[in-house]
Amino acid sequence: MPKLVSHPDEVKIVTSRFGMGAANIDRYIELGGYASAKTCLQKGPEWIIDVMKASGLRGRGGAGFPTGMKWSFVPKQSAKPKYVLVNGDESEPGTCKDHLIFLHDPHAVIEGTIIAGLAIGAKTGFIYLRGEYRYLLEIMEKAVADAYAKGILGKNIFGSETEFQVITQSGAGAYEVGEESALMESLEGKRGVPRIKPPFPAVVGLYGGPTVINNAETIATVPHVIEMGGEAYAAVGSPRNGGTRLFGVSGHVERPGVYELPMGYNLKKIVYDVAGGVRGGRKLKAVVPGGSSTPVLLPDEIENLGMDFDQVGKAGSMLGSGGVVVIDDQTCMVEFALRTISFYQHESCGWCIPCREGTDWLKKTLTRFHAGFGEAKDIDNIQYLAENMMGRTFCPLGDAAAMPTIAFVKKFRQEFEDHLNGKPCPYARQGVPQLTVV
Amino acid sequence: MSPETMSVFSPRLAARFDALVEKYPVKRSALVPMLLYAQDEVGYLSDAVIAEVAARIGITELDVRSVATYYSMLRFKPAGRYNIQVCTNISCMLRGGYDIYDRFQEELGIAHKGVTQDGVFSLEEVECIGACCWAPAIQVNYDFHDGLTPEQVPAILADYRGKAETKGKTPNA
Repeated sequence: MPKLVSHPDEVKIVTSRFGMGAANIDRYIELGGYASAKTCLQKGPEWIIDVMKASGLRGRGGAGFPTGMKWSFVPKQSAKPKYVLVNGDESEPGTCKDHLIFLHDPHAVIEGTIIAGLAIGAKTGFIYLRGEYRYLLEIMEKAVADAYAKGILGKNIFGSETEFQVITQSGAGAYEVGEESALMESLEGKRGVPRIKPPFPAVVGLYGGPTVINNAETIATVPHVIEMGGEAYAAVGSPRNGGTRLFGVSGHVERPGVYELPMGYNLKKIVYDVAGGVRGGRKLKAVVPGGSSTPVLLPDEIENLGMDFDQVGKAGSMLGSGGVVVIDDQTCMVEFALRTISFYQHESCGWCIPCREGTDWLKKTLTRFHAGFGEAKDIDNIQYLAENMMGRTFCPLGDAAAMPTIAFVKKFRQEFEDHLNGKPCPYARQGVPQLTVV
Repeated sequence: MSPETMSVFSPRLAARFDALVEKYPVKRSALVPMLLYAQDEVGYLSDAVIAEVAARIGITELDVRSVATYYSMLRFKPAGRYNIQVCTNISCMLRGGYDIYDRFQEELGIAHKGVTQDGVFSLEEVECIGACCWAPAIQVNYDFHDGLTPEQVPAILADYRGKAETKGKTPNA
């Protein structure tokens, strides 16, 4: 069972019901659950969207698009049914926040889905979980069945004339399906390859109908925003970055875990204070701020860095999924780069050539390089290859692979040079795959 | 087809699939979960499984294979009764994921995607399983084990070996 952690600086909004048995529907209602959905049912779509806009809530999947604005793009009139699609395909390395939401507060996901449905005029919501999260899917399915039994879902939600259905769905192993258009393809029973945009999902989405796609954390935040009021929620965070974020701190820290902190919270404090500093009293080498696709930051770059979408963007990286990966001074950054790109090579769906070929050649080059068979020109080649993948694919996976790679080469060039001329990896640990010359 | 008489699935799973295809606006949406649930029961996507899934959804077998080959959890030959999936992605790697993976390889005498001779275990090095903050982590079938050290590996194996002996060799019984 994943361990829950706590720190005095946390502002527990989304995590407020964690560890309180809220997967039980009666307990959830006792703790104030489903009151926001009832409020929204009375107030109507314009009111909901106004509250969401005022809250400054931005998409927690990684892109940071304002949620209220996303909902407002859905046309009011539509010949085809509209849908809400919750993205619980959580697969970005370094990210395990949705895991805890599904485990501890599944009804918050259902309630957020209902509210999104009321806001856009959808009668059906889908909650898609990655295939590996089977035990969490079972928790979600039980929660959905309980909500139907109580009349919270169904033809007449809360005894009203309004209908809302929720359908849960399992994936079967694919990072790419976390991309919104690939997610829709997968839900339609196809290979999870991205669609070209435009048209955007708000206009032509699932089964051709207007669709709002939100990350599970975003959706689980919605009932709290309604309860607190948009302005109050916004006030917790930093300018243009409303509320809190679930930061999953992993890697070389004393106290790894998922911490809910206000947007804009200092990254250095996350590493040294909240997560207890670098494990074993070692020195910090680098921090990946928001999941494996976000460019790595050096210790001096995290000094005064507030963790919100704008500040991390200005520092040349991204807030991404909030997965903070902490790396100590005993780590080989060439190996770290290799492991990162190996992931993207494995997960590239193969639809766009720059991504399919680029990730493969980057993996080949880095494998050879880390094994001590690199040449000086490889260092520039790695960067050149990665730069040429940028912006040339249907979906952001190509960029997600290229951006961190470029940062590894730029910021740790010396470590790449240390691997040249057949020198063994200075950080070699047992079991590093080494090529042998035949 | 008449699933009651011809199905390769248990009556319970066949009934579940009858309901599953009716759950969505289009039948085909049932395809991905159906393949995974079928694999859970049968152990892998055999020709007979693919043929029945195609018939139930009303698409060609080729179409089913085209989709099935996309998803990394789906397989076309049997795995062990207990499929051990070791995450070695960045968060797990930093906390010893490769040491865990090496220890499993040593203990079982098999490598990536290998199956032990008695069919009890198979081993896979997998990408991020969403347990980064509790690394290093593994999944045995769908069960998570986190915060592991290599020293815990023999006990985990002994535990599952015991389960295999008491439950028999039917997949996911």
